[in-house]
Amino acid sequence: MSANGQAASDGVTRPAWRDEGSSRIPSAVYTDRSIYDRELERIFYGPHWSYVGLEIEVPEAGCFKRTSVGERSVIMIRNRKGEINVLENRCAHRAMRFCQERTGQVKTLVCPYHQWNYNHDGKLLGVPFRNGVKGNGGMPDDFRLEDNGLNRLQVAVRNGVVFACFDSAVEPLEDYLGEDILASFDRTFDGRELVLLGYSRQRIPGNWKLMMENIKDPYHPGLLHTWFVTFGLWRADNDSRLRMDRHHRHAAMISRRSSQVTGNVAEGVTSFRANMTLNEPLLLDIVHEPWWGDDTVCMTTVFPNVIFQQQVNSLSTRQIIPAGPGSFDFVWTHFGFADDDAEMTERRLRQANLFGPAGFVSADDGEVIEFSQDGLVQDKAFATMCELDGRGVGPTEHMVTETLIRGMYRYWREVMEL
Amino acid sequence: MSLTPDLRHAVADLYAAYAACLDDGRYEEWPAFFTADGWYRVVARENFDRDLPLSVISLKGRPMMVDRVVGITSTIFHAPYYQRHIVGLPVLAVADDATIHASVNYAVFRTKRDMAAEIYNVGQYIDKIDFEDGKLKFKKKFCVYDNDLIPNSMIYPI
Repeated sequence: MSANGQAASDGVTRPAWRDEGSSRIPSAVYTDRSIYDRELERIFYGPHWSYVGLEIEVPEAGCFKRTSVGERSVIMIRNRKGEINVLENRCAHRAMRFCQERTGQVKTLVCPYHQWNYNHDGKLLGVPFRNGVKGNGGMPDDFRLEDNGLNRLQVAVRNGVVFACFDSAVEPLEDYLGEDILASFDRTFDGRELVLLGYSRQRIPGNWKLMMENIKDPYHPGLLHTWFVTFGLWRADNDSRLRMDRHHRHAAMISRRSSQVTGNVAEGVTSFRANMTLNEPLLLDIVHEPWWGDDTVCMTTVFPNVIFQQQVNSLSTRQIIPAGPGSFDFVWTHFGFADDDAEMTERRLRQANLFGPAGFVSADDGEVIEFSQDGLVQDKAFATMCELDGRGVGPTEHMVTETLIRGMYRYWREVMEL
Repeated sequence: MSLTPDLRHAVADLYAAYAACLDDGRYEEWPAFFTADGWYRVVARENFDRDLPLSVISLKGRPMMVDRVVGITSTIFHAPYYQRHIVGLPVLAVADDATIHASVNYAVFRTKRDMAAEIYNVGQYIDKIDFEDGKLKFKKKFCVYDNDLIPNSMIYPI
C-alpha cells in the first residue's frame, strides 16, 4: 500500500487514516479526484440539503437566480402561486445549460437552441414542430411533454432561506439541522423580512472542506486575526459555547465580545496589539440588537455548503460551490432586516469591511486555505492534526478545541465509507 | 470651472500619480489622494448595476483609509504580490456642483512570487474630483470591477 492510500476495486482511493478516529485527516481527502467525485455523489447530490439562496432574491413570479448545488447549475425561481422551485439548469432535450444570466425575470424558461419552453415549475409546455411540418417529421407518438420537464429538486424554505436537494429521500430540513442548530438558525432567521445588501464572490484555490474547517475552528480567529484579538470580537477568553447536531456534521460557534483581556490569551500572541486604536472608530460602531441576547457572534456551519454569519452587526450567508478537489467559489450574500433604519443599514455596510474577499478578518482566511492546500498537495503522505482538546467529539463551553472539525470528519467517514 | 487643456493635464497627472503610488507600494501616501471626506469604494459590477449597496471595500473619510493601510501593511496575513495598473484615458465632464466627473477604464495585473503575471481586476473608475487646498483630489472614487469572482483575496487598493 502506498503512503497516500490506494485505489480499491471501485476506483476510489482509500485514504491512509492512522486510526479509526477523525483527528488526523490524510492529504488525499483534500486532493484526490476519485474521493472528490464520491463526495459529489454522496454528499452534494445525496440526501443533504444545500443552501441555494434567500427568498427575497426572487421577489416576484418569474424572478430567478442561477446558482449551483455541488457542480450542478440550478435555477431558483418563484412561480405564480408564490412558491419557490429549484430546477436543474439543463435542458431536457440536448443538455443545454440554457440559463446564462445570473438573475432576471421571465414569463417562461426557454432553451434558445430549439426553443423548448418550460414553466416556472419546470414543466415542459411545448416543443416546436412537435407534430411535424407539412406532414413530415415531428416527435414520435409516444413523446409526452410530462416526461420531459426540467429536473426539479426537493426544496425546503424556512423563514426566508431556501435549501434544495437532488435526492428525494432527504429528511425534512428541521430534522436535518437538529434542535441546537435550528435554534442558531432561527435566532437570525426568525421570520422577519430580510433585505438584500449585495454579493461578494471569490475563487479560493483550496478544497471546499477547508472552508468548513475554518468556521469550525475557534482556535485560529484569536491568533490569525489581529482585529478579532485586539478588539475582543473573538478571543480565547470570551464566554463561548460550541454546539453540533447529532451527526456532528453541522456546528454553531457562539460567543460574547469582551473588552477585558484575561489569562494568557494575549501573551506571546503577536497579533494582539495592546495599543492599537482605530483612526475611524465608526468601523467598529457596534450597536446591540435585541435579538442577539448576550451573544455577539454566532457562526453556524450547515453541512455541506453554507455558513450563516452573525458577527456583531454584520450578517451574511456564505455559500460554497466546489469546483474540483482543489478549488471552490465562495459567495457571500449580505443582508439586513426590513425594519432596519438607515443608520443600521449604513452600519452593516461599514462593518462589511471586516468580511469578504478584502475583509480585515476574512481576506487572510482565503489565503491560509490556499497555503494549506499547497502543503497537502506537496506531501501526499501527510495527515493534518486536529487534536486540540483531545481526539473526541462533543459540545464544549469553551473555544480551545478542534472538536467541531473532528465531528465533521467522523460524519464524513461514515457517509463516504472511507 | 471649465475643462481647459491645463485642467485635463492636471487630471491625467492625478491618475498617473495615483497608479504609481499603488504600483510602487507607497500605501501610506494613498489616503492623501482623497479629500478629507472622500469616499473610496471597490464594488462588484453586479452590485453596482443593480443598486445593491454592498462593497468589497467601502471607506468614508481619510481616517478610515488610514485604518485600511494599517490593515494591509500590518494586520492582514497574505501572500506578497505586485500590482501593475494600466489606466485608460479619462472621459471627463464638469458637473453642476463644479466637481469633475471622470470615468476611466483600468486593468490591474497581479504578480505573485514564483508566478506569472495574471489579470487580477478589470473595471472602471467612476470618480468625482475636486480641488482641496489647491490640489486635485478624489472626492469619490468607485472602482467598479467586471470580473466579480475575485481570485482569492483583495488586499491592496485598486
